[in-house]
Amino acid sequence: MKTFNYHSPKDVKTASKLSSTSSIFLAGGMTSIPSMKLGLATYKDVIDIKNIKKLSGIKVSGNSVTIGATTKHAEVASSKEIQKKIPSLSKLAGGIGDAQVRNRGTVGGSIANNDPSACYPSACMALNAIIHTNNRKIEAKNFFKDMFETVLKKGELIEAVEFKIPEKSNYQKHPNPASRYAIVGIYLAKHKKEVNVAVTGAKSVVYIDKDLSKALSSSFFSSAIEGMELDSSEMNSDIHASADYRASLVVTYAKKAVEAC
Amino acid sequence: MTKVTIEVNGKKVSKDVPDHTILSVFLRDSLNLTGTHVGCDTSQCGACVVHVDGKSIKSCSTLTVDINGLKVTTIEGLVKDGKMHPMQEAFKKMHGLQCGFCTPGMVMSAIDLLQNKKNPSDTEIRKWLEGNICRCTGYQNIVAAVKEAASKM
Ligand SMILES: Cc1cc2nc3c(=O)[nH]c(=O)nc-3n(C[C@H](O)[C@H](O)[C@H](O)COP(=O)(O)OP(=O)(O)OC[C@H]3O[C@@H](n4cnc5c(N)ncnc54)[C@H](O)[C@@H]3O)c2cc1C
Ligand code: FES
Ligand code: FES
Repeated sequence: MKTFNYHSPKDVKTASKLSSTSSIFLAGGMTSIPSMKLGLATYKDVIDIKNIKKLSGIKVSGNSVTIGATTKHAEVASSKEIQKKIPSLSKLAGGIGDAQVRNRGTVGGSIANNDPSACYPSACMALNAIIHTNNRKIEAKNFFKDMFETVLKKGELIEAVEFKIPEKSNYQKHPNPASRYAIVGIYLAKHKKEVNVAVTGAKSVVYIDKDLSKALSSSFFSSAIEGMELDSSEMNSDIHASADYRASLVVTYAKKAVEAC
Repeated sequence: MTKVTIEVNGKKVSKDVPDHTILSVFLRDSLNLTGTHVGCDTSQCGACVVHVDGKSIKSCSTLTVDINGLKVTTIEGLVKDGKMHPMQEAFKKMHGLQCGFCTPGMVMSAIDLLQNKKNPSDTEIRKWLEGNICRCTGYQNIVAAVKEAASKM
């Protein structure tokens, strides 16, 4: 790995001041360190944000759950408060990668990275999340741009993610047997006025499936989407699953999610 | 360069390390603790698992400067008064290893499991060990070894 200077600021202001075109924020390091080692990316400055106290922790209010950016997957999985308010979110966190990835990986790192098969982006979309940065608040539907790309600007730091508490919700994943990333993952959330079916793993970036969401908004039963055929033209095709197989997995797992609610 | 002070297997070590030094490299090359193995080197296989402040992590994907001031336990730190840890005894007794390459990571990861759950089921053991890959495919006996250790610990 190429050399760099390590910084460990104690507050957000210093962290953002240190950032430049050749720096990277370091959270759990589960993605960033391997990619630096493989030479996929090199940086002059690595800015560790884990010692900024404000960025970590879980807060529950009347209608939302707010998770600090550097909160680890293991903490979300075992949080009694989240288990009570949005059990599907704890379940999602507890199913990410393996125990050691969950002991280091963070919410902020996961959504900033925006891997097309990551789990958290689907939760953000389905739970109408608001991403709080050091500059602004961004609605999830405007946050994820494309594969490994978000609307975050250079030096912009995610501070927390605010998830809206739904009436009912469930996460279903068809995991890659090696990495546990989603070949297809469905986050289903039933809010007072709408149903959101967020899909990860199927396309180059997370999205809300409009047809499934509409059908389930009028009738919240798996029979409402039974046999639905989705357009697979924009779906990923690789050694794990063809586009058509992914399209069929989306419906199958959406049905499972409804049935589990 | 940063001066780090880390407690490794109960002993404080202070050293100047280049900022990009990975923990597995520091343990193996600077401290000669070669019990921590490196397989994939990209956080996939679990051969490099050690404990930091009691929790299992992958040392190949952790910076040494990042754990400045914390406590690290490696496979070498499990032996107490010349006696193996019950998890090591169980791996030996149940033939939980063949070539032994994955074993340090398996043992460190399995100990963390028992810290979280006293008597895990087979399914829970398999699920927990998802991040530990054994090329010799000795999973049956590994699971049996963890169960044996759970009954002793
Ligand atoms: C073996 C393995 C299996 C995995 N399986 C899954 C899985 O099943 N599902 C899944 O969803 N994920 C999975 N992951 C991904 C993992 O969960 C992490 O979320 C992910 O690696 C990134 O999080 P991190 O905290 O480690 O971030 P880092 O690697 O530290 O950072 C990743 C990127 O995000 C940026 N960043 C980090 N925090 C912030 C912030 N607060 N503000 C702005 N930018 C920031 C960094 O600068 C960097 O560019 C897996 C990873 C591994 C290694
Ligand atoms: S060497 Fe660290 S996970 Fe493989
Ligand atoms: S015993 Fe050989 S890799 Fe597991």
